[in-house]
Amino acid sequence: MARALINVPAKAKRGEIIEIKTLIQHEMETGFRVGTNGQVIPRDIITDFICKYNGEEIFRAELHPAISANPFFTFFTVATESGTISFEWSGDNGFAVSETATITVE
Amino acid sequence: MTHDDDIVHATRRRFLTDAAALAGSLGLGLSLMVTPARATPETMRAAIKKVIGEASLQKGKVKLDLPPLVENGNVVSVSVSVDSPMTATDHVKAIHIFNEKNPLPDVLGVRLGPRAGRASFSTRIRLADTQTITAIAEVSDGTFWSASVEVIVTLAACVEVL
Repeated sequence: MARALINVPAKAKRGEIIEIKTLIQHEMETGFRVGTNGQVIPRDIITDFICKYNGEEIFRAELHPAISANPFFTFFTVATESGTISFEWSGDNGFAVSETATITVE
Repeated sequence: MTHDDDIVHATRRRFLTDAAALAGSLGLGLSLMVTPARATPETMRAAIKKVIGEASLQKGKVKLDLPPLVENGNVVSVSVSVDSPMTATDHVKAIHIFNEKNPLPDVLGVRLGPRAGRASFSTRIRLADTQTITAIAEVSDGTFWSASVEVIVTLAACVEVL
């Protein structure tokens, strides 16, 4: 199971723009490297990342092999209401990881 | 010049031209085999065209932040920010990043909306060579804005052998 690190502020004022940071453990094998046996190592990457705020999509990324190993993203959202922010990563070979974070909006 | 000399010259000339032709074809074959598949400025343009369609691309609004000198092409931090109020009527819908010389021209496509509050994100990418990186932002009114940055890469990603 891939480890995912998420940084969401626990509390925010209503209407405040908050920064979200995410990091997930993944090799992001490009499919262009040649192994010791002379064979090309097959591609194995995360292709999609979706972030939802109380079920509504706020950020989506389509990843290509040019993204570094252990994909890292920081992005922003407006703190509208208390609730959960969910994160989903999916990719080659059935890779799927999801995480959630809770936020309290005052 | 005797008749014998003629024959010798003819065969030698023929041998040399044949050898040259053979070497040429071999060399060409080798270079085709060794050169890895690479994106080129043309394939980047094609990839950009796929995103923007027939719309025209304007310079400005987008700020693309990359270190000018990259020591390790495997991990290059990139941040993109777009000058936009991010309201329901005027916001950035998508941001795309393209490169010229990696094996593939696409790097990343991001979708956001007015909920983002700020049209900005950062991530880490791989770069195979010294090249120009382009970021394109799609605004809700249907216009496309771009910014390009040239980066010098000393240690390339993607091509190393294990």
